[in-house]
Amino acid sequence: MTSRAPAARKPAAASPSDPSTTAASSEPSSQSQNPLSILRTLTSRYSESTPSRTKLIDAFLVFLVAAGVLQFAYCPFNAFLAGFSATVGQFVLTASLRIQSNPANKADFAEVSPERYDLPYHRHCYGHDRNGKRSGRNDSADKDYRAFADFVFGSVLLHFFCINFIN
Amino acid sequence: MSMDAFFKDESARNLRSLLKVVILVTIAGAAVSSRLFSVIRFESIIHEFDPWFNFRATKYLVKNGFYNFWDWFDDRTWHPLGRVTGGTLYPGLMVTSGVIYHILRFLTFPVDIRNICVLLAPAFSGLTALATYLFTKEMKDESAGLLAAAFIGIAPGYISRSVAGSYDNEAIAIFLLMFTFYLWIKALKLGSAYWGALCALFYFYMVAAWGGYVFITNMIPLHAFVLIVMGRYSPRLYVSYVSWYALGTLGSMQIPFVGFLPIRSSEHMAALGVFGLLQIVAFVDYVRSQVPSKQFQSLLRAFIIIAFVGSSAALVLLTVSGTIAPWSGRFYSLWDTGYAKIHIPIIASVSEHQPTAWPAFFFDLEMLIWLFPAGVYMCFRTLADEHVFVIIYAIMASYFAGVMVRLMLTLTPVVCVAAAIALSNILDTYTTFDVPEPAAVEAAIATEEKAKTGDKKPGLLTASRESIVGIFSQGSKITVVGAFTFYLFLFVLHCTWVTSNAYSSPSVVLASRLPDGSQHIIDDYREAYYWLRKNTPDDAKIMSWWDYGYQIGGMADRATLVDNNTWNNTHIATVGKAMASREEVSYPILRQHDVDYVLVIFGGLLGYSGDDINKFLWMIRIAEGVWPNEVKERDFFTPRGEYKVDDQATETMKNSLMYKMSYYNYHALFPAGKAQDRVRGVMLPETGPTLNTLDEAFTSENWIVRIYKVKDLDKLGRDHASAVAFESGKKKRKGKSGQSKGARQLRVI
Repeated sequence: MTSRAPAARKPAAASPSDPSTTAASSEPSSQSQNPLSILRTLTSRYSESTPSRTKLIDAFLVFLVAAGVLQFAYCPFNAFLAGFSATVGQFVLTASLRIQSNPANKADFAEVSPERYDLPYHRHCYGHDRNGKRSGRNDSADKDYRAFADFVFGSVLLHFFCINFIN
Repeated sequence: MSMDAFFKDESARNLRSLLKVVILVTIAGAAVSSRLFSVIRFESIIHEFDPWFNFRATKYLVKNGFYNFWDWFDDRTWHPLGRVTGGTLYPGLMVTSGVIYHILRFLTFPVDIRNICVLLAPAFSGLTALATYLFTKEMKDESAGLLAAAFIGIAPGYISRSVAGSYDNEAIAIFLLMFTFYLWIKALKLGSAYWGALCALFYFYMVAAWGGYVFITNMIPLHAFVLIVMGRYSPRLYVSYVSWYALGTLGSMQIPFVGFLPIRSSEHMAALGVFGLLQIVAFVDYVRSQVPSKQFQSLLRAFIIIAFVGSSAALVLLTVSGTIAPWSGRFYSLWDTGYAKIHIPIIASVSEHQPTAWPAFFFDLEMLIWLFPAGVYMCFRTLADEHVFVIIYAIMASYFAGVMVRLMLTLTPVVCVAAAIALSNILDTYTTFDVPEPAAVEAAIATEEKAKTGDKKPGLLTASRESIVGIFSQGSKITVVGAFTFYLFLFVLHCTWVTSNAYSSPSVVLASRLPDGSQHIIDDYREAYYWLRKNTPDDAKIMSWWDYGYQIGGMADRATLVDNNTWNNTHIATVGKAMASREEVSYPILRQHDVDYVLVIFGGLLGYSGDDINKFLWMIRIAEGVWPNEVKERDFFTPRGEYKVDDQATETMKNSLMYKMSYYNYHALFPAGKAQDRVRGVMLPETGPTLNTLDEAFTSENWIVRIYKVKDLDKLGRDHASAVAFESGKKKRKGKSGQSKGARQLRVI
């Protein structure tokens, strides 16, 4: 199940406040029941609308899945579990970070701000709906790393457990 | 008016937080002090049976350090086998008190480890009150939180397992339970991986502390699953659940006793299943937001169902094929309540595993039990994500508490929370002092009219402050608030009374009242254990029924054959067989297991009902489960199906080792023919039983503990004489009984 999710998750990140693309690309796909065309729509939408940083996250997710699958070939149960849980755990934590940093989900995460995407070099990542956010972000700049700090905290804990478990 | 202003005013916030701190500290003080009855009345000792092992393990930890404790192989229990203690216990409790011990040392308070162990449970009950406050605060508001903290601080359902001296896993487990749940709710509300990871960390601590962690392992997935089914999936749920599961599962596997269980056993499969389901749901959720087409959505819904059914089928297949272990008997007996009695008598034999009677709920929870459904109902009315949790928790815990007495413990927190929600709603409604202007009322009449039909009934219980519905007459306000204040005071009285009378008696010393009202302490247990400690060789092996294994190990410091950690059923059945068989059968068993002393508890003289004759049937049943041909329960009943110890007792009963040991020489205490058993309330036969293979070594003051020494083969100097004695008929034994009577003098020591 987990291995299925990353491939699926790729098409995710387009911001919903992107009416032109949504309207343009989703209309034909809804008409056609052909899974192939749906897939094609998804990939094209993905490559168009996903910010490059999210793509980086996705690349990491794919790598984790590959690592997880590869580990099935390896046997000692403790070590296998530690390694496999490390990849699964890291995968879900990264996916969480990806969800939190998705501007579409901003309403859900009032407290946990994604990252500080109001910095100049991030500006290209999140097109038009950035402005509204930036005004909200500026007064709580220290909160801006919250999602990433959460991610780091979770990952450190995960790796501590894994290294302890691998014997 | 001033009250309302006070509670809303910003400038009064400092005062309010001060008030809050004072209230919480007072609650913690009440929680601690109401648990000290037993320490003040008797002394600062460990109570019950299990805590003696925890205490012994803690002493070992403090003395030998953590790494030795982790690798501790205990050769003084389960005599021929030994016990890999480090890998078969939940180390959380011992490590906690060990850490406290070293911190106090560091702060130059050299406190004895025994006192830390005795007072650990009261200290943690204060923390439980705090955790309940935080948890309820997430559900409603701070005032409900304070009420819940006050409730759980003194509720007898929780006190019963956490009085001073009750050094059991539950002492810290309930705190961890509530705190983990609090962190979970917090993580779910914020959608934060940080809180999820903290939740996993405390879950890990909980796993280290108590076997009841499985409750959390199933509650959180159930909550997540219900939220998904209700269509309340949100990215917050995904983040909080996966961060909890990924870290928490890996964390729980660090505990050697748990090991691979989280991936191998059925109890943990719900968590894994929901984890997988969430991945799919998250994926589908994303794609759905991308391609808003009805057909596509139905396609995806079909995909969800197929994936869910497929993974459940895979789970069932794996379980059936044996890759995943099925439900363990202890958990299975929660669902099939008749299962334990038929298949695993050792589980059914524990009195705590019996179903709960109705009065127990009122006894343990008093007014909370009738506020509890109201609170759950109010959670339904404001159905946010976290209220779903309370509802599920309430349902599950009520069921389990109904099935098993000891699970009342997990019910108590949610009862306190729900009751606090209900009560604080009532107080919210009836303590608002502002009366709206008549004009405003007139204006709102129209809207009120609409809501009237719906709000008429619950209007009594909830504050519908949005519209102008409320209680405006001072008289009804004062009456209702006064009534509930009265109930609250009554609650405090009830809790104190129950704690003082029912739950504060150590089982090690028995307290009784003399006719003049003064207290008389019956201290036979410690008398006997101390005798064992001082008058037997250090490597002597003691055989007793498993109930007393931990106490013998803890107080007498001698090796035992079986103890309360019932991990090897066959070994216990061996002891049961030795107790339930004729001497000729049991003597070889005793020899084979190097038994030096046999200890039985006998309450016939004093009317102490928890003695071994009353437990004897369980010994027979457990032994019968392993040797159905050699031990038969039917043989111990009279032809009319009665369990008798008097003249009508069956031959099997009269010849069993347990019967002989219990009543040996007992008739000598009474005038001829007047020997009476005060527990069973029957007259005993004129002549008592004779013992050939055992010597009476010690009998305590009130005859509660009787210790017998196993005779050596050659000890009497007649080589095979003793062997001949127990193979021959009654005649020879008669001659021997005189000698045995002489041996009884030993107890003078």
